[in-house]
Amino acid sequence: MSATFLGMPATPPRSPYGTGNLRGDRKFPAAAHDELRNEQLRSNLGRATHTIRAKRLHVTGELPDWEELRDAGSAIKTDTMNRLPELLEELERNVTARGGTVHWARDGVEANEIVARLVRETGSDEVIKVKSMATQEIGLNEHLESLGITAHETDLAELIVQLAHDKPSHILVPAIHRNRDEIREIFLKEIPGVDPSLDNVPAHLAGAARAYLREKFMTTKVAVSGANFGIAETGTLSVVESEGNGRMCLTLPDTLITVMGIEKVLPRYQDLEVFLQLLPRSSTGERMNPYTSMWTGVTPGDGPQTFHLVLLDNGRTAALADRIGREALNCIRCSACLNVCPVYERAGGHAYGSTYPGPIGAVLTPQLAGMHAAKDDPNSSLPYASSLCGACFDACPVKIDIPSLLVELRHQHTEQSGTTAEKLAMKAAGAVMSRPKVYTAAQKASRLGRALARDGKLPALPPPLNGWSDSRDTPAPPKQSFRAWLASAEGAAAMREASAEHTRDQQQEDGK
Amino acid sequence: MRIGLFATCLGDTLFPEAVKSTAVLLARLGHEVVFPPGQTCCGQMHVNTGYQREPVPLVRNFADQFGDASIDAVVMPSGSCAGSVRHQHELVAERYGDAALRAGVATVRAKTYELSELLVDVLDVTDVGAYFPHRVTYHPTCHSLRMLRVGDKPLRLLRAVDSIDLVELPEADSCCGFGGTFAVKNAETSTAMLQDKMRNVTSTGAAVCTAGDSSCLMHIGGGLSRIKAGARTLHLAQILSSTRTSPYVLTEAAR
Repeated sequence: MSATFLGMPATPPRSPYGTGNLRGDRKFPAAAHDELRNEQLRSNLGRATHTIRAKRLHVTGELPDWEELRDAGSAIKTDTMNRLPELLEELERNVTARGGTVHWARDGVEANEIVARLVRETGSDEVIKVKSMATQEIGLNEHLESLGITAHETDLAELIVQLAHDKPSHILVPAIHRNRDEIREIFLKEIPGVDPSLDNVPAHLAGAARAYLREKFMTTKVAVSGANFGIAETGTLSVVESEGNGRMCLTLPDTLITVMGIEKVLPRYQDLEVFLQLLPRSSTGERMNPYTSMWTGVTPGDGPQTFHLVLLDNGRTAALADRIGREALNCIRCSACLNVCPVYERAGGHAYGSTYPGPIGAVLTPQLAGMHAAKDDPNSSLPYASSLCGACFDACPVKIDIPSLLVELRHQHTEQSGTTAEKLAMKAAGAVMSRPKVYTAAQKASRLGRALARDGKLPALPPPLNGWSDSRDTPAPPKQSFRAWLASAEGAAAMREASAEHTRDQQQEDGK
Repeated sequence: MRIGLFATCLGDTLFPEAVKSTAVLLARLGHEVVFPPGQTCCGQMHVNTGYQREPVPLVRNFADQFGDASIDAVVMPSGSCAGSVRHQHELVAERYGDAALRAGVATVRAKTYELSELLVDVLDVTDVGAYFPHRVTYHPTCHSLRMLRVGDKPLRLLRAVDSIDLVELPEADSCCGFGGTFAVKNAETSTAMLQDKMRNVTSTGAAVCTAGDSSCLMHIGGGLSRIKAGARTLHLAQILSSTRTSPYVLTEAAR
C-alpha cells in the first residue's frame, strides 16, 4: 500500500456567514407563520401566480418543440458546468480583447469592494442600476450606501422596493407583495417633488416613476448591471428586460460595471437561440421580452466607454463541487418554479429569507451560503419548506429536478447534524420495521390508541405532532390490521368468495 | 397473474379497508393475490425526511419479500410508495447498499406498479365491474401525477364505474399540502394548502373525494372531518371494489 498521502482537495468556500442576502434571521416555519396571516400578500400572490401560470402554459403549449428546447437548455447548461473554468477564461480573454476589464471576486465581500473602488475611480457618488439578482445577493446597494455612494434602482418594481426600504419577495416581480395604494403612499413619501395629487392609477404611478428615473438616466455617469448571459466565444454580455430601463442604463452612462455569477456563462453565441426562447416564455409568459440588450466590450463613440465585468463566485464553486447539487447552477432565474409552487403561493418570498425564494431558492440558498449545523442556521430549514409535489420540476425550462435536490439537501443536513431526536426516532422506526415480528407487535400496540378515541377520532396529539392535529382529525387505529384480517377466517372467506365470483363470471361468459 | 400485494405500512396499520379492497378487486378479476408476510414499509418517510442510511434494511427487506420470480407483478394502493420503490430505492442502494442490494432493487423496481397502472397498463382493464351510485371527485395526488405519470388512468377506471356521478375537481393538480413530515414541520403552510383543497372539494358538491394514496386522503379527510364539511374521503380501490351485489355503504365509518 502506498504511504503517499495525496491530500483531499479542500471544499471550496461558501458565501461568508453574515454577509449579503442569502440568509434570513429566522427559520422558514417561523417566518411563514407571520406571512400566512398577511391577507394582502395571500391575495396578491394567489392572483398573480394563477395569472402567470395560465400565461406560461399558453405560450409554452403553443411550441411543438418545447420539450426539445428544455432538453437543449438542460444539455447546454450541463455542458457549461462540466467545463466552467475553461469557459470563464475564454470569456475573460474575449471581453479583454474587446476593451473590457475582467475582475474575479471570490465572494460577495470582494465583489462589493471591487465595485465600490471602480465607482470611486470615476469620481461619481451615485450609480443607476439594472435589476440584478447577483448584486441583490451580495448586498451591493447597502455596501455602496455605507460608503456614501447612492444606488438608484431603475426597474419599476425594484424602485418601489428600494423606496419602501423593503426587500424583494419574487425573482421577477420583486414588489408582488405590494398593492397600488401602498405604492402611491411610498411614492408620495419618497420621491422628491412628486405631484401631491398623485392617485393610484397604474399608468399615473408609472408616470411618476418615469419622470423621476429619466432625470437619473440623464445625469448619472455610472451604471451597475447584472447579466442573464455571458458568451464565452465572443465576450458578449446580455440583459433581457421589459421596461427599457435596462437599455438606458446599458447605453447612456460613461462607465458600465456588470456583476455576473460565474454560472451565467454560455459557450456559444448560438446558444442564445435556445435561452431567448426558454426564458421569456417561462418567466413572464411572453413569446419574447420587450428589450434584449447585448454588448461586447467597448464600442468607440457608442455607449459606455469604460466596461468592467466582475465575475462572482460566492459559493458557486462549492455548489459545483457537489455532484448531485450542481444541477441547481443550471438555473436561469426565470421564476417559473415560484409561480407554480403551492408553498411559495401561500408563504411568499420573504419567508425564505434569501434573495432567491421559492423552490429553486430553497435549493440554491443553502448551496451558496451553507447550512451551518452548529449555528442553528435558518438556511437548514429551507430544504424542508416543500411538500415535494414536483410542480417546479415540470415547470423548469432547464429541467432541474428540484424535488430530488431538496431530498438530497435534506440528506446532507441530517448527515451533518449529528444525533438528534428525529434521527433516533428514524433509526428506531427503521429497526422496528425491518423486523416483521416486532413490527406486527408494534401494530398491535397501536390498537391501544383506540382507548383514547372518541367518535373514532384521536384527541389532540402531543408535540411535535400538535401542528398536525391543530387542523386535522386523526382516525383511531382500526380494530384489525390488514394482515390480521387476511389471516383471519373472515379475510380468507372474503378472498375465496372474490375468486369464486370470478369463476362464476367466467362460466357465465362461456355459457353465452 | 400472480400478484404480490404490498399493503404499505400506513395501509396495513391505519387504513386496512383500502388494502382489503385492492386484494378483493384483484381476486375478483381472476388473479392470485399473494401477501408476503415479512413485508413492512418501503422507507419513503425516511428518504423524504433526509435519512438514507436508516432505511437500508427496509429497502433490502422489500427487495427480499417481493424479489421471488414467481411473483409476476407487485402492486400497492399508494402512488407515493410506488414512487419511492421506483425512484428512491435505487438511490439508497447506490449510496449505502451492496451489489446484491442494487441487483435486488433493480429486479423488483421493474415489476412494481401503483394500482391504476397495474389495472390499465398490465391487466388491460378499465371496467372492473364496479357500482358506486354517488357523486365523486378525484384528487390526482402529486406523486401519482408527477412522479409516476399515471395520467388519466384512475379517471378512466372511475368513468367506467356503473352509476357514478364523477365531477371534476377544480385545480385538481394542486398539492393538498400533505407532503409527509412536511405536514408536521410546516404545519401552518400545509394547512393553508389544505384549506384551498377542501374549498375545491366542497365546491363540487361531491359526497366523496377519492385518490390513489391513503396518506393524502388521511390529510384531506382529517381536514374535512374537522370542519364537518359533509364530504369524506375514500380510496380509489374502495370505489372500484364496490359492486351491485356488495355495494359500499357510504354511511359506514371512513375506514
